[in-house]
Amino acid sequence: MKRRLLLWLPFGLVAALFVVFYAGLKHPDDHVIASRMVGQPLPQFAAAPAFPDRPGAATADFADGKPRLLNVFASWCVPCRDEVPMLVRLRELGAEVDGIAVHDAAPDLRQFLAQYGDPYARIGLDAAGRAQMAFGSAGVPETFVVDGRGRILYQQIGVVTEADVPRLMAMLAGGK
Amino acid sequence: MRALALALVLAAAPLAVQQGPAPDYAEVSLPDPAKEARALALMDSIRCVVCQGQPISGSNADLAGDMRRMIRERIAAGDSPEQVRAWLVGKYGDWVSFKPEVKGETAPLWLVPLLALAGGGWLVSRRLRTRRKQENA
Amino acid sequence: MIAEAGLAALWLGAAMALLQLLLGVLALGGRREFLGPAVAPVAVVQAALVGLAFACLIAVFARSDMSVLLVAANSHSAKPMLYKVAGAWGNHEGSMLLWVTILALAGATIALFERKLRADTRLATLAAQGAIALGFYAFLLFASNPFARIAGVSEGQGLNPLLQDPGLAFHPPTLYLGYVGMSAAFSFAVGALVTRNVGPDFARAMRPWVLGAWVFLTIGITAGSYWAYYTLGWGGWWFWDPVENASLMPWLAATALLHSVTVLATRDGLRAWTIMLSVLAFSMSMVGTFLVRSGILTSVHSFAVDPERGVFILALLAIYIGGALALFAARIATVSEGNRFDLVSREAALVVNNLILSVMLVVVMAGTLYPLILEAATGAKISVGAPYYNSVAGPLALALMMLVAAGPLLRWRRDAPRLVLDRMALALVAGAAALLLLALFARNTGVLPLLGLVAAAVVGVASLAPLWQRRLSRTPLFTWGMVLAHLGCAVSLAGMASDSAFTVENMTTARAGETRSVGPFAVRLEGVRERPGPNYQALEAVLAVTRASGQPFTMMPQLHQFTDPPMTTNQAAIATFWNGQLYITLGEDTDGTTFLLRMWWKPFVTLIWVGGALIALGGALSLLGRVRRDWWGNRWPWAARRAGAPAEAAA
Repeated sequence: MKRRLLLWLPFGLVAALFVVFYAGLKHPDDHVIASRMVGQPLPQFAAAPAFPDRPGAATADFADGKPRLLNVFASWCVPCRDEVPMLVRLRELGAEVDGIAVHDAAPDLRQFLAQYGDPYARIGLDAAGRAQMAFGSAGVPETFVVDGRGRILYQQIGVVTEADVPRLMAMLAGGK
Repeated sequence: MRALALALVLAAAPLAVQQGPAPDYAEVSLPDPAKEARALALMDSIRCVVCQGQPISGSNADLAGDMRRMIRERIAAGDSPEQVRAWLVGKYGDWVSFKPEVKGETAPLWLVPLLALAGGGWLVSRRLRTRRKQENA
Repeated sequence: MIAEAGLAALWLGAAMALLQLLLGVLALGGRREFLGPAVAPVAVVQAALVGLAFACLIAVFARSDMSVLLVAANSHSAKPMLYKVAGAWGNHEGSMLLWVTILALAGATIALFERKLRADTRLATLAAQGAIALGFYAFLLFASNPFARIAGVSEGQGLNPLLQDPGLAFHPPTLYLGYVGMSAAFSFAVGALVTRNVGPDFARAMRPWVLGAWVFLTIGITAGSYWAYYTLGWGGWWFWDPVENASLMPWLAATALLHSVTVLATRDGLRAWTIMLSVLAFSMSMVGTFLVRSGILTSVHSFAVDPERGVFILALLAIYIGGALALFAARIATVSEGNRFDLVSREAALVVNNLILSVMLVVVMAGTLYPLILEAATGAKISVGAPYYNSVAGPLALALMMLVAAGPLLRWRRDAPRLVLDRMALALVAGAAALLLLALFARNTGVLPLLGLVAAAVVGVASLAPLWQRRLSRTPLFTWGMVLAHLGCAVSLAGMASDSAFTVENMTTARAGETRSVGPFAVRLEGVRERPGPNYQALEAVLAVTRASGQPFTMMPQLHQFTDPPMTTNQAAIATFWNGQLYITLGEDTDGTTFLLRMWWKPFVTLIWVGGALIALGGALSLLGRVRRDWWGNRWPWAARRAGAPAEAAA
């Protein structure tokens, strides 16, 4: 009897493995690495101002009791263009949208903003990806919802679509 | 007067030492070979979050370069590789580290081979013992 | 026209496979033995037909026939001819056709050359091979048609620049000959189980196929490693990528099988283990093909395929592997047990050898599949890479090396520990000497590389031991093969450990005229210029390199910029010396006048692949020796007696 069990063990193990494979096929890898900073206080970062007439973004600016959206973007990022109208809409609805431009330069940014829209109250340049890494952001565009006490409430990976606007507004309202 | 001259020279000294632009540690080795070796070993075991499974030591992606730079700067400043790894895992999760942490949910990684070794060893010993018993009988 | 001919040949080949299976089953069933002799010719015809189909695929690629969807999606008329042809298997459908072609080829060689096996076992083997082929034909014809047409395309999308390398012409075919060649062992095992013929005859019959497939697998893996090393531009030669692991697992199983088959052939022991390993080796090949083509794991090797095809392959796997394992469980108990053996004996060493190889296989499988399992179970994402494998499989590999050293020196049946140590004395002295040298001159070598180098010394000397006290001209070819293969293991290990322990790197920026250093070399950047290539634009750096006080020589690393598809690749400049390689790549410039140079001095790194080649050569010699003996023995029995070779079990 014991030998019987032993002989059928490989079959059993393989069958179990195939169940896992099947499950894996049904839920294919989404290749998305979400940030672990959601729920954590804002990390230490400082992105120098992109333009002389607009402040940059740093940790110290974010603990003033006002919840805001932090948008990680770049002028060379094609999908980022699609979400600018939504960010403008969010600003019109009363949200403050701050931007961190990764691997970018002021002239390209100026052209991007002129061409697609400008929702940003602050824009910081993140030349070496330090702010991006501090946030656990893995790509552009991503948008973080930060509450009034400087905690990260939510990470939106990918473009902000029309459907996301009410949800983000609700989170900002709840984060006072 | 001499004191003022001395003070001026001392003040000018840092300006005189400054040379070309600071090296970009995303692409340039650290001057200290021991630190560079530690940094490289760490880079080989951190996964690039925007690639197809490469470590950041083998990727041309921007973010991989940013991570390499950050690692070299931190190790040059005195952090240990494990501290830097922990920082990255705190930001991106376990997925970013090729060295799986030994904890409850990863225990099978070590238990399964151990069980295989023990089980296989037992199977093998069954084939051996009987012969010896026959010999001794 | 050619594409249609290829598709027709493929359908006919599938029909032949079905016929092969049916005839075999009917002939074995009992009352229709007269159908038996028809099975072998059918297998040969099947191979001819699918070979024709493959030739048609090559033809449409060579002619850049853009009306064939596969060519339009993966080729480009501006490509050099070599890559047009090799591009035929640089994609999912084409490589699947290659898979099926080799499957049919394996069946045909069994049909043509296997003579000694009992007739019914041979029939069952061919029927099993036909059954396996049938499933994959179905997958090709219904889910991955390589000959599908497309209208209105004038130019192709091009081949991935990383694949535009002689490596593509070499690595997949040899690898597939290995992977898919293992199907022969699988079929032999199924045939033996079905006809209850698991014994020395079966093992002797199977051995050449196991050896042949194993040799090709070794070559394929070694070639792939070297290709990745020089083409990716970072000096790495193994990445524990899921697909690489998927080629290592069959190799580990096949190596264990190789040794197990010898025990079964000469001592009639390890019956169950031999059958299990035969099933396992090809099962690992099939699992590998599933992993690459289903999109279930992220890998640089993955073909872009959809999960539906993955389900198809999974179903095939379930049928074949599940079927074989169920057959094993049901039948193996009725196959009488083989002989048992003493603790200190060659059989025991081979058994422990198999055990360690199997555990290493489990380690690689665990590391590759556990992230998938964990994510399916809890959603948690982890990564498993080199640190895990090195720490777990490393010690196992070292223990294995000790067996490689001692095993060939052990007598069959029973031996005494004292005598074994005596025979190993010289090898152990070599190991101690290596340890001393390293302790004196390479103080900060890591533990694992240090042990690796010591083990390499021990195994290197011990592998030659079977040749001592023999007349070399009378030593059988398969003994030479064993010696060479084991020596190759030592050489490869020495290369791996040396690369780990002694590599020196320097990554730096330089302007024209500046000199940098790495290891014992001084590298001066003379200048950087542009050069057009056949389908790319290259940036080439001219470097004047001097070693100590020697003559300067030139190295020219390049950066290739492709347009179809847009991509940049590195062409590393490698200078090979007797004691290592200088490896330099050019990085994108930071400001037009400053360039990045990544430089490595890798002492003895070439030993890794030289060792791999030696292992394959040893296997080939063994195969030649066995085949020659069998053929001489069969055709000219008097010649076998003259060669004075009674069944030399000690080999």
